[in-house]
Amino acid sequence: MRFVLDAEQRLFGETLDKLLTEAAVAGVARDWAAGRHGPGLALWRSLAAAGVLALAVPESAGGAGPLPVELVTAFHELGRHGVPGPYAETVAASVLLGRLPGDSSSAAWLPAIADGTAVVSLALPPAVPYALDADVAGLVLTVDGGELRAAVPGEARTSLDPARRLFAITPGEVIAEDATAATAEGYDMGALMCAAQLVGLGRRLLEVSVDHARTRRQFGRPIGEFQAVRHHLANALVGLEYARPLVYGAALSYGTPDFATDVSAAKVSAAEAAYTAARIALQVHGAIGYTDEYDPSLLIRKARALHSAWGSPAAHRARVMSALAH
Amino acid sequence: MDLDLSAAEPFRAEVRHWLRAHVPATPLPSLETGEGFAAHRAWERELHAARLSVVSWPEEYGGRNATPLEWLVFEEEYYAAGAPGRVGQNGVNLLAPTLFRYGTPEQLARVLPPMASGEVIWAQAWSEPGAGSDLASLRATATRADGGWLLNGQKTWSSRAAFADRGFGPFRSDPEAERHRGLTYLMFPLDAGGITRRPIGRIDGKPAFAELFFDDVFVPDRDVIGDPGEGWRVAMSTTGNERGLTLRSPGRFLAAADRLVELWRERGDPADTALRDRVADAWIRARAYRLKGFETISRTDDVGAESSVNKVFWSELDVALHETALDLLGPDGELEGEWLEGYVFSLAGPIYAGTNEIQRDVIAERVLGLPRAGR
Repeated sequence: MRFVLDAEQRLFGETLDKLLTEAAVAGVARDWAAGRHGPGLALWRSLAAAGVLALAVPESAGGAGPLPVELVTAFHELGRHGVPGPYAETVAASVLLGRLPGDSSSAAWLPAIADGTAVVSLALPPAVPYALDADVAGLVLTVDGGELRAAVPGEARTSLDPARRLFAITPGEVIAEDATAATAEGYDMGALMCAAQLVGLGRRLLEVSVDHARTRRQFGRPIGEFQAVRHHLANALVGLEYARPLVYGAALSYGTPDFATDVSAAKVSAAEAAYTAARIALQVHGAIGYTDEYDPSLLIRKARALHSAWGSPAAHRARVMSALAH
Repeated sequence: MDLDLSAAEPFRAEVRHWLRAHVPATPLPSLETGEGFAAHRAWERELHAARLSVVSWPEEYGGRNATPLEWLVFEEEYYAAGAPGRVGQNGVNLLAPTLFRYGTPEQLARVLPPMASGEVIWAQAWSEPGAGSDLASLRATATRADGGWLLNGQKTWSSRAAFADRGFGPFRSDPEAERHRGLTYLMFPLDAGGITRRPIGRIDGKPAFAELFFDDVFVPDRDVIGDPGEGWRVAMSTTGNERGLTLRSPGRFLAAADRLVELWRERGDPADTALRDRVADAWIRARAYRLKGFETISRTDDVGAESSVNKVFWSELDVALHETALDLLGPDGELEGEWLEGYVFSLAGPIYAGTNEIQRDVIAERVLGLPRAGR
């Protein structure tokens, strides 16, 4: 038993961190929010080249996966940097498509997902009612009455997180008739990716808040000397430190009967920890954190959006309890 | 990265088998009473005879060299079986690790075997009336005497000291030195001449701790742990254990969370989703604590001040879990019983072993790197 990342996995995370630091993602996210997708799509291709999207695609379809621990490692970094785009959706779609029986025509999408040429979005009502960034996706999916269908994007809706561009959808042509089991697995994987992003973005918000508390001076000293501020930040750390093991633990239970319950436990914990970190980040920063122009405020907004994306904490708690009730 | 526990499964099977045959069918009386203390001591003897009282210790002292994973597995099985509380835990979890680090071979050979068997039960004597969270302001003294030291002053809130056999703690040996300097870590008999112990009823009236008054209590040199004057350093090696995994292992919370889910199945109102969510949260947090334990024993670096993160987490989980159980019990929640006993015990968690406010300061300064506070 060794429940920490091995050297190769750690290096993978560090490589992505470096790539994303150099990409200056806050600017990319602001462009994305304004409908200028070029830099974000270039970043998509860079991350695909680094192997991120192939992690979700089965080896038989040109990928390297599914490798849930590596995916969680990658999505932790995507979350830390606030990368815009339908990454969790594409991973969920790839798991879903990879699980479809036989020689379904949709399987042709998998190699294109793996090499970064296909951006996919999907809506899985009721937990995922809108398709994220459907206007940049080459394929938009939905599931209706157990049938996998192409989805026709409609009106765009505005999210609190300006880099999350959500589209109402209408179910279109049928792609596969019995997709119930595949959908369940795709949904769980999407929720796990969302949980990993939440832990990563909570981490980043704690990092920037600690930096702020060390340098911002009031009453002649750094505000990080005030116990009220210190204890807020300590509490944020406690939450995140115990969410992370649940997220990796769920990744390791992929393919077992516990996966769905473990994902729900991870999503509840990650959502609450990241949201708590976001509220604390806002409070510790004071007014500057409440501005549109301050980059970490993009993450503060994303924390609230992802808190309820891919199943609200209430929905995931209910799922945990229904599993435990038997 | 993996969660493959198979290496510990044979041990798990052995422990489970033994516990199934030996755990008393009815709970022992509370260990915070004279009668219960004796019953729990007898239970320790029984565990020891099966070499299950201190599984992670070396064989020569009564253990079986269990790996950290085997120890975690032992704890899971122990609490899942509903086995009695560990009356010797202050010695086993707080004094023994200090001795393994700072004790002489003679001290290890003399102190550990009777600790393992429950023959000698230890009480921690750290706090004083003027030194609680601010431990470094302690004033009880150890004065040089022929062949040893004379202890004077007062200790308080000493857990288990009402019935225990021996105590351990830091005393001021250099009256000129201040705060962290000039302290010496000593072991002493609680029935020695010159010691007066006054049991203190905890919030439910049970004498769970005691005040100790020292009047020229003689302690021989061989009962000093580490070098005289180095007591602070020795004490701090205990706090890491106290706040880390050893004092409150994941098994305890996993078992309590499973029992809480059971209680929900029996008594929960399916329409009460608010209470249901609290049950779910307790179960999720207990699982998080288990996985964090696996992470901790997998690490090769020193956990250090991060043990404070642990202490805040388990102490708050313990309170929340038991509050949820009492809420599920509704009007029966105030009645004497195992849940109430657990609740009363949990309420002390955010206070002992360094209050959670002290822990948050430690986290802020030594884990997050915030500037030292004027407090």
